[in-house]
Amino acid sequence: MKYIDEFRDGELAQSIARAIKAEADPASTYHIMEFCGGHTHAISRYGLEDLLPANVRMIHGPGCPVCVLPIGRIDAAIWLARQPGVILCTYGDMLRVPGSKRLSLLKAKAEGADVRMVYSTMDAIKLAQSNPDRQVVFFAIGFETTTPPTAVAIKQAQALELKNFSVFCNHVLTPSAITQILDSPEVRELGTVKLDAFIGPAHVSTIIGSRPYEYFAEEYQRPVVIAGFEPLDVMQAVRMLVRQINEGRFEVENEFARAVTRDGNEKAKSLVADMFELRRVFEWRGLGMVPYSALRLKEPYAAWDAERRWDVPQDNPGDNKACECGAILRGVKKPIDCKLFGTICTPENPMGSCMVSAEGACAAHWTYGRFRDLEKSE
Amino acid sequence: MTLPRRAHPRPLDIQNGRVDLTHGGGGRAMAQLVEELFIAAFDNEALNQRNDQGAFEVPGGRMVMTTDGYVISPLFFPGGDIGSLAVHGTVNDVAMAGAKPISLSAGFIIEEGFPLSDLKRIVTSMAKASKDAGVPVVTGDTKVVEKGKGDGIFITTAGIGIVPPGVEISGDKARPGDAILVSGTMGDHGVAVMSQRESLGFETEILSDSAALHTMVAAMVAAVPGIRVLRDPTRGGLASTLNEIAGQSGVGMLMEEALVPVKPQVLGACELLGLDPLYVANEGKLICICAEEDAPRLLDIMRSHPLGRDAARIGACREDAHHFVQMKTRMGGNRVVDWLAGEQLPRIC
Repeated sequence: MKYIDEFRDGELAQSIARAIKAEADPASTYHIMEFCGGHTHAISRYGLEDLLPANVRMIHGPGCPVCVLPIGRIDAAIWLARQPGVILCTYGDMLRVPGSKRLSLLKAKAEGADVRMVYSTMDAIKLAQSNPDRQVVFFAIGFETTTPPTAVAIKQAQALELKNFSVFCNHVLTPSAITQILDSPEVRELGTVKLDAFIGPAHVSTIIGSRPYEYFAEEYQRPVVIAGFEPLDVMQAVRMLVRQINEGRFEVENEFARAVTRDGNEKAKSLVADMFELRRVFEWRGLGMVPYSALRLKEPYAAWDAERRWDVPQDNPGDNKACECGAILRGVKKPIDCKLFGTICTPENPMGSCMVSAEGACAAHWTYGRFRDLEKSE
Repeated sequence: MTLPRRAHPRPLDIQNGRVDLTHGGGGRAMAQLVEELFIAAFDNEALNQRNDQGAFEVPGGRMVMTTDGYVISPLFFPGGDIGSLAVHGTVNDVAMAGAKPISLSAGFIIEEGFPLSDLKRIVTSMAKASKDAGVPVVTGDTKVVEKGKGDGIFITTAGIGIVPPGVEISGDKARPGDAILVSGTMGDHGVAVMSQRESLGFETEILSDSAALHTMVAAMVAAVPGIRVLRDPTRGGLASTLNEIAGQSGVGMLMEEALVPVKPQVLGACELLGLDPLYVANEGKLICICAEEDAPRLLDIMRSHPLGRDAARIGACREDAHHFVQMKTRMGGNRVVDWLAGEQLPRIC
């Protein structure tokens, strides 16, 4: 298939794998963090670990917007869904995420709340138009990729003078999260987690461009390669990073040039800048309170802000204490290091966020790669 | 007084009429619905006797019986509807034992207010599917539930069939070394239904593969009575069905991604929705597990049947205490192909 098959060519993957093996110094170990859940998913789904030499280690980062949303925000969405007359709509993979007391939007729906899955923000607008006597709340989540469509929906609601549409905004920002990881004591001081390089986000970068990563590369002296989500993209990015590490360079390189430019999508960026402002601080699951890492609607758009329309609870009950999602999201631990992994925490009965989303590190490892743990133990 | 010549002076107003509670009440209105719609459509000797059961001759052999419920949304989709699907699904469940389907029953649970025109469309399609398959609906039941207590229409079916002597097909018979075959492309039905449900306008229309597979199965069983396992990968798709068989038989499986047939347009739709075609439902495909030496012959038979043109050998069973279904990816790596957890939900980005 055009634009897909080209990036899933097995022979080409094998030849890149040979090149990585030839270039990787056997005396060194290369620790490469892929920030995005999309990359984590690709690595697991296509079995790319089998193609990499043992001294090139992939560390799964926090880049799944579903995984990083704290329990309190899920609880708040469930609370909104239960308000009289409300239809709460959101993207599919949010529905199963457990809040506190093992409740999820799917369970709230089964108990009578009107929760709908939508494919786009425009579906949410249509819902509001076709249900004038109900309040339609769009539970907006995601990184820079999904923010512009939320902005477009609000513009549309404004143009249509829709009084029954609002957004529960949970959009978060990638660069702040990367800074938080690099500034964490494990990475910066203790050295318990070695991070030599980053594979930079694909879809996020189509919006913000590659320029925001130049700061990391220089300030933290870590090379970054922006890469697409196809398996050959990931393999090529690993090769480019191994080469940069070998040469002692720390630059931002763009493997995903077919979709990403240095400055990104100016129109989308200006739309977002016009409508949203930074929250002073926002909690990320696993990373804690991250300054200036999330967005909220600006005052002129307050009419479409669910948090202003309702007195949305701001509590955060916190994660299950035995759950290691926090450490796994920061790359400090692997899924197999968590006592709950595969015992009481599975995709059917997820305890933590990393197991909930298909792109979470635990779900990806359980679903695609757990045979490796058994092979090692036998 | 002159008695009306017909039991029901006014025929059902199919075009504008709606199902109401009297249509399920057991009285004259229900009798009229059954007579003018169901019996007229399914029209066969056993049903026309209007008993509460259908009597028919059966040949000798082992008998199989199956039952199924259909609660699909939307009711009409590209390539089929709930009616034809109910016939195909039940015929296939019977056929997956290597059996010849003999007859079907159909129970309709209809929501008050359901348009008679839609009901007629469904029943007509169901009757055609049953006639095309040569498997009559010999008995049925109609209930009407109050508005808001149903989802338009639910259909439940039962099917019975006869297994020819010497055929012992069952999910626990796969052995290490056996070949795994599929009769065609994966995921067509699920994507066709989803494209309607979510109003996704794909450039190429993807049709459901809904079809009755019993004639292809009859040819396969006649040539190779020793087929180990037959199963149609419906809900949960190929991946879940293989996991089911691996567990039942106590084997592992290894398939090759490059050998699994998937239509490019289905692959494209799955990419767009963040779904994996291995987990998407099929309604006109089967999985066959057989001794390696029987595989070429069975593939030839499937490929010479119109419903098995894209049949392929996708892998083999193997020893594995964990009963993992694994797949060698196009990239050359290995991965587990796990059970589907809950329902496939589209990813956010």
